[in-house]
Amino acid sequence: MASGVKPRVKVPKSASAGEAITIKTLISHPMESGQRKDGDGNPIPRSIINHFTCTFNGETVIDVKMEPAISTNPYFEFEATVPESGTFEFTWQDDDGSTYTESKEITVG
Amino acid sequence: MTKASKRASYIALIAASAFAVAANAGPDEDSLTINGETEIVTETAAPDHLSDAFDTIYSGWRFRTDETQALEMDDFDNPGMLTVDAAMEAYATVEGSAGESCQGCHEGVENFEGLTATMPKVDEETGKLVTMEDVINECRTERMGADAWKWSGNEMQGMVALIGLQSRGMPMNVAIDGPAAPFWEQGKEMYYTRYGQLELSCANCHEDNYGNMIRADHLSQGQTNGFPTYRLKQAKLISKHNRFRGCIRDTRAETFAEGSDEFRALELYVASRGNGLSVETPAVRQ
Repeated sequence: MASGVKPRVKVPKSASAGEAITIKTLISHPMESGQRKDGDGNPIPRSIINHFTCTFNGETVIDVKMEPAISTNPYFEFEATVPESGTFEFTWQDDDGSTYTESKEITVG
Repeated sequence: MTKASKRASYIALIAASAFAVAANAGPDEDSLTINGETEIVTETAAPDHLSDAFDTIYSGWRFRTDETQALEMDDFDNPGMLTVDAAMEAYATVEGSAGESCQGCHEGVENFEGLTATMPKVDEETGKLVTMEDVINECRTERMGADAWKWSGNEMQGMVALIGLQSRGMPMNVAIDGPAAPFWEQGKEMYYTRYGQLELSCANCHEDNYGNMIRADHLSQGQTNGFPTYRLKQAKLISKHNRFRGCIRDTRAETFAEGSDEFRALELYVASRGNGLSVETPAVRQ
């Protein structure tokens, strides 16, 4: 199935309480739409990341259902307000059943 | 309206339209710092051999829109870095009949610091002009016993960019004298030769008209310090030879091949026009 899949996340290491921080995420993935055909005319099966979530200390920050029109290497940038020190957990779910995860600590002080 | 005031308003109109053109021409005034730490020289005095043509040379970054410029200012946002990361894995991967990886001989990739700033250069043993692609493929076929990579393929250009990244921020400084002189002369000859049905030389656009618009494209000086460069249009890292080919094709000429001796010579000459600008690869362009 999909090879060379690698999640990347950029979160500041520290913030002040209640500050809105910018989070950038990217996962390298071919995002094969299922609409294309190979050289012999056979359809290439769909293989995409279909679900992305980010949680902070267990609380959902963002939850995204993804569809085949999303291009290669999906990139999400969003803001989150951090009330306290904790951990951001990121998960990506692949069509093939794989789950890719990444986590980042942030210190508020 | 009196005659005098009419004339005054005409003059104002002409002045306004002249300003509109001026606002569009030339490089912008932005400065480039990557990841908030690596200062990139995007403007410097032209090398001596160019004194007839330019006073100042500019990186192509200065001719791009703010949005495109921003992509290069942070490695996380730079889409070319994905290919560079893949090359980092390839660097440590054993391939070929000799059971070697790049890392096996060269150890850390940071040992290549400074090399890209002096490429292409003449090989002392063979007397041939060699580019980074030649060096990589020679290692692969001669020492690793692996297949040569395709010139403009992702594996090759990712590796060229990874090695170039070790020199990022260092000034370009290719040698143009001594054994390199005949190749440099050949490249210069090509640079000023008009090709194709449109009869355009490199200089017609990138020397005589840089800063002007060619249809929707803002013409740069055609510097190569950012190559391999991520072109948004093609969504991958683009080699210097691929871009040469594209430019010559656009003049409606039959082009030279990627990896041909003609393009090696042109690569040396064009690189020498950027001596003094920082190595910027993997740059991001339109």
